[in-house]
Amino acid sequence: MSNVNGLTNILVVGIGGQGVMTASEVLSMAAIKLGMDVKKTEVAGMAQRGGVVTSHVRFGPKVLSPAIPKGEADLIVGFEPAEAMRWCDHLKDGGIAMVNRFRIKPPVVNVGLFDYPEDPIQSIRDQGVEVYDFDAGALAQEFGEMRLVNTIMMGAISDHLPFEAEVLKDIIVERFRQKKPELADLNDRAFEAGRMAAAQSAKKAAE
Amino acid sequence: MNAIVKAHAQSKHLLSGNEALARGVWEAGVNVATAYPGTPSTEILENLALYPDIHAQWSVNEKVSLEVAIGACVVGSRAFCAMKHVGVNVASDALMSQTLAGVNGGLVLAVADDVGLSSSQNEQDSRFWGRFGHLPILEPCDSQEAYEMAIRAFDLSEQFGCPVIIRLTTRVCHVKSIVEVGERKAYAHKGFLNDPSKWVMVPSNAKNLLATQGKRDDLLKAYVNECDLNFAEEGKDKRVGFVTSGPAYLHVKEAFPDAPVFKMGFSCPLPIAKIKNFAKDVDKLIVVEETEPLVETELRAAGLDLYGKDILPKTGELSPLVIKGPVLKLLGEVVEDQVDTSLDVFPRPPTMCVACPHLSPYYCLSKIHNKVRIAGDIGCYTLGAGHPWKALDTTTCMGASISMALGMTLGASEDDKDKPVIAVIGDSTFLHMGLQPLLDVIYNQGNVTVMLLDNRATGMTGGQEHAGTGFDINGKEAPRANFEKIVEAIGINPDRIRRVNPYEMPTMFKIIKEEIKQNEPSVIITNQPCVLTDRFHKHEPLKVVDGCTGCGNCLSTGCPAIIVTHRETEVRKSGKEIEKAYVEIESAACTGCNLCVSTCGPDVIKPVNFTKEAAQ
Repeated sequence: MSNVNGLTNILVVGIGGQGVMTASEVLSMAAIKLGMDVKKTEVAGMAQRGGVVTSHVRFGPKVLSPAIPKGEADLIVGFEPAEAMRWCDHLKDGGIAMVNRFRIKPPVVNVGLFDYPEDPIQSIRDQGVEVYDFDAGALAQEFGEMRLVNTIMMGAISDHLPFEAEVLKDIIVERFRQKKPELADLNDRAFEAGRMAAAQSAKKAAE
Repeated sequence: MNAIVKAHAQSKHLLSGNEALARGVWEAGVNVATAYPGTPSTEILENLALYPDIHAQWSVNEKVSLEVAIGACVVGSRAFCAMKHVGVNVASDALMSQTLAGVNGGLVLAVADDVGLSSSQNEQDSRFWGRFGHLPILEPCDSQEAYEMAIRAFDLSEQFGCPVIIRLTTRVCHVKSIVEVGERKAYAHKGFLNDPSKWVMVPSNAKNLLATQGKRDDLLKAYVNECDLNFAEEGKDKRVGFVTSGPAYLHVKEAFPDAPVFKMGFSCPLPIAKIKNFAKDVDKLIVVEETEPLVETELRAAGLDLYGKDILPKTGELSPLVIKGPVLKLLGEVVEDQVDTSLDVFPRPPTMCVACPHLSPYYCLSKIHNKVRIAGDIGCYTLGAGHPWKALDTTTCMGASISMALGMTLGASEDDKDKPVIAVIGDSTFLHMGLQPLLDVIYNQGNVTVMLLDNRATGMTGGQEHAGTGFDINGKEAPRANFEKIVEAIGINPDRIRRVNPYEMPTMFKIIKEEIKQNEPSVIITNQPCVLTDRFHKHEPLKVVDGCTGCGNCLSTGCPAIIVTHRETEVRKSGKEIEKAYVEIESAACTGCNLCVSTCGPDVIKPVNFTKEAAQ
């Protein structure tokens, strides 16, 4: 999936508090483990929750500019469908969008100043993008822990990376084993659930 | 212990520019490090506080933090101070004199520019301070350089006898990349340098020091042309050559991998001779800098023919794409116009948090805004200018709410002069620069109603401790400034000091209405913690039971946990159309602060475990 300069560009997008930055951190660590150069940068704006968070991860032989240029992203990991839609023009031709269907509406939509897009996932598809979509929010709720959205999304993209899915999974599970060992197995299962959900979405699209 | 603190020499780590810089400062043997939090610089001191053998502290403002560092340097320690770009405005009084006095132990100031304004009131370019203050400036382009230049800056500070500025931008501070670290080196403490002719800045001494500064300028001008931090990189495509620094260097290298590049790591004073030499071998010279056309102007003055902001954007962040188009055009290549293929999606501005203790004051202010003027300040509560409150008339800089409010009472037109003026300021900002403005109101017998929103945190930057929280940067207990006693001591009538729990909104509203009627200054102090800190405790979440009338009043609180389920337009008998918005509460997000309950006409917002049967 890499580009002319041998780089893989992954754009992780969502909303403050969803774990976007943690997701890009584990992606970076997987690339480091494989001996690649890595840069990761965020545009997080103010510290408050609720704003747009965009995290750029670039890895390969040598990374220069930290931000992914428009039209060069290999993969968008959308933690929220409208955010994936906002950033989908950053994908290169043939790029992939992995999107959590779980919607989060901001107060400006709630008070009626703006409308939430009718079908953000279809809008992305209409751009010719290969989209995988599933409700990571609902899956996380099944596990009884909303914070698992992060690990579920990582599982979902794990078969679309230029390295083995297990590399990413080991990093995530190991992080938990060191910090919160009681959550390691749960994250292992959440990762696999995400992986399965992405595979099913692909199958559905093929039918 | 934090992993990076334990990291041994030659080990590699994924570090942000701020983390890497902190590591470098620690390894340089620094004893004293100070800062006031400010995006994007905040994490530098947060990280330094993790290391042993170093005193790290939050100071009340940037001027104080720099002065503490200067004091440590005078008595022979290496000292460090970090701040955001606008912080230097506050600290500049100390900076502009200390540059004349010079240093004893090394003194380094890291300044982080918010290029692109992700969280600031302006986009000022800190490289000007180097010119203004005759100070050397180092500009790292990534984390590895931030780490290395931190160590180098202390050596340079002692070599040239002056403070050194490390100029960072958001794309250095908040970019993580791989850094190879070293180990802390013991610093031979220099001891107090007893020399009043150097440290006592009376005119006679300062006059002599001007000559010293002039000699230093000459030495620096010679040094930058020899220094290894400034170098030319060969390239086979000599149609253009770039002069650049900081992250702009990386963008240039990505956009034009085959072009010759002159990279400045030590960019003030400019290595003019070296650049002139570089310019000889390229057809066209282009200066790529963030953000002002500063290098460009100086090089033109030095007689070089070049391009810069005449073809590149004058504001905001640069990127490979932003540079590529205009440069290719200059080379006469056919450039496809960038087509905007972005899809239209609503904006998602930062919001106040669910249950934020600032929601209630702004709900009240939004209801009386047509009868008062409201001067705002810098912090989370600046968001009160936005939807749905729209309850601020001004925001300029730290502490300005109170002083500008005084000016607004004094300068008001005849029609306006009876309009009460309210100043809204947070606890950390009040201690930073709000105290003196309040004293000015009192001394000049002005009348301003100050709303001191005390959430016991420097909230906007992530909830750091300050002199009013009772804890220090390491989380250890510290004396806690008492706001009531402070404002009473400087002259506020004790009857006009009102402590209020913001979650008791009717009381909050009543107190505001009472205080704006007084003909003397008042201070209303809220007392509930920032919800992002450990001091906040959740309660049982709420839900909307049957009977929502769609009045939408609860939406005026601005709480993000309140969600509109559907809208209707109701036509009254009079023919008047009323917009209805029916709501539910996202119980997973709600923390049960109860604020919305007091706004609900039909009283249908209840705890999630509420049942009618149980209530009866």
